[in-house]
Amino acid sequence: MQVIEPKAELGIAVRATIKRDMTLVLRRRSEVINPLVFFALVITLFPLGISPDPQMLAAIAPGLLWVAALLATQLSLDTLFRSDYDDGSLEQLLLSPQPLPALVLSKTLVHWLLTGLPLALMAPLLGLMLALPGQSYAVLAFSLALGSASLSLIGAIGAALTVGLSRGGVLLSLLVLPLYIPVLIFGAGAVQVVILGGNAAPYLAILGAQLCLALMLAPWAIAAALRISING
Amino acid sequence: MWAFIHKLGSPKWFYTISSRLQPWFWGLAILLLLVGSVWGLAFAPSDYQQGNSFRIIYVHVPAAILAQSCFVAMAVSGVIFLVWKIKIADMAATVIAPFGAAMTFVALFSGAVWGMPTWGTWWVWDARLTSMLIQLFLYLGVIALRGAFASRDSGARAASVLALVGVVNIPIIKYSVNWWNTLHQPATFTLTERPAMPMDMWLPLLIMVLGFYCFFIALTLTRTRNEILRRESAKRWVRELVADTGRRG
Repeated sequence: MQVIEPKAELGIAVRATIKRDMTLVLRRRSEVINPLVFFALVITLFPLGISPDPQMLAAIAPGLLWVAALLATQLSLDTLFRSDYDDGSLEQLLLSPQPLPALVLSKTLVHWLLTGLPLALMAPLLGLMLALPGQSYAVLAFSLALGSASLSLIGAIGAALTVGLSRGGVLLSLLVLPLYIPVLIFGAGAVQVVILGGNAAPYLAILGAQLCLALMLAPWAIAAALRISING
Repeated sequence: MWAFIHKLGSPKWFYTISSRLQPWFWGLAILLLLVGSVWGLAFAPSDYQQGNSFRIIYVHVPAAILAQSCFVAMAVSGVIFLVWKIKIADMAATVIAPFGAAMTFVALFSGAVWGMPTWGTWWVWDARLTSMLIQLFLYLGVIALRGAFASRDSGARAASVLALVGVVNIPIIKYSVNWWNTLHQPATFTLTERPAMPMDMWLPLLIMVLGFYCFFIALTLTRTRNEILRRESAKRWVRELVADTGRRG
């Protein structure tokens, strides 16, 4: 009998997973576009609900942009494993000889590339509409890009835990949003501190540290959660 | 050592040993809580600044301490259940979660009641209050996730994973909230910077904390025993037990 060496094929498996997920998501364009539309829509609601006064909007803009982007990421999570669960390819992923944490990490990477990164790129445009002070645009985009990677990883744990449940939507928010708070604090803090004329580097460094921690621990939690959801 | 743990993991053995332990813990809890509350509420001197309203501390602080201990206890039970598949650990985690959530709520509520006379407001976005509120949400998440699964075993394992994720996150959340608070509003009120407490205020507090812990252990034992009976109701020893008590009673 031929013995298959799993290690040599890990790179291939990771690349194949990324390519497959990319293709699938890009075929259903609405999955990429909907979070962006949601993001823009929520931001539109605030001037209507609070005040169109640019000074007031500028004061709350960093927080608004971050909270809206966070909610947009969170809403897109439900689709992360859902279709794979429905058509059974998630089980195939679990059965494959490659380590599951590496495979779910590549799935999460795709989620970030197609949700978090576009949100980060779109945020400066919405910042402009909220009269966000000029010097903070780069930090806004960068903090969102960095932070949303952590959000994808943490959120994937919740998505994996609830994928087996038919009505997991609200439950998913309940599980995931409290865990998002540290990322929100430092992400919005980075933008705020630049507006106040300070140095955003410490905030971005902590966002990076959170991402490192999430990268180390989350894949294992996601893998364990998926195994529970599949068996249950 | 391992034999002992395996023995402890058997519901039947746990049921027998806990029936011997639980009267002691209940007795101790009632005694400590009685002594602590009478001493604290009636005999301890009133605070020179806050007057009698400071006596809320005798409920507030023990509840807050337990709220945090319960989360750790729940996560530890979760690990034991995930790693060694010991059912008792999950039964304990099941009964600890609502108790921890209740303690968190009591701490928040008594804090609000205490905040009104001392700070003049029910709620401030103080670092401690905020992280306590987040902890309440984490508890509710664990309870909701367990309830959402149709199969008890999957729900148990999912809740254990979430409790673990939560326990890793709680220090991060606390640290972030502290940072956030010092950035946005200089700490107007901190609970830690009260004038150092005299001995006759502090001793009843210690007794109350111990009393709350005993109450927690006693309640967990009793509720775990009920949980054992509910889950093992098809087992022979449970049926015999029920038949026995039926004949006697």
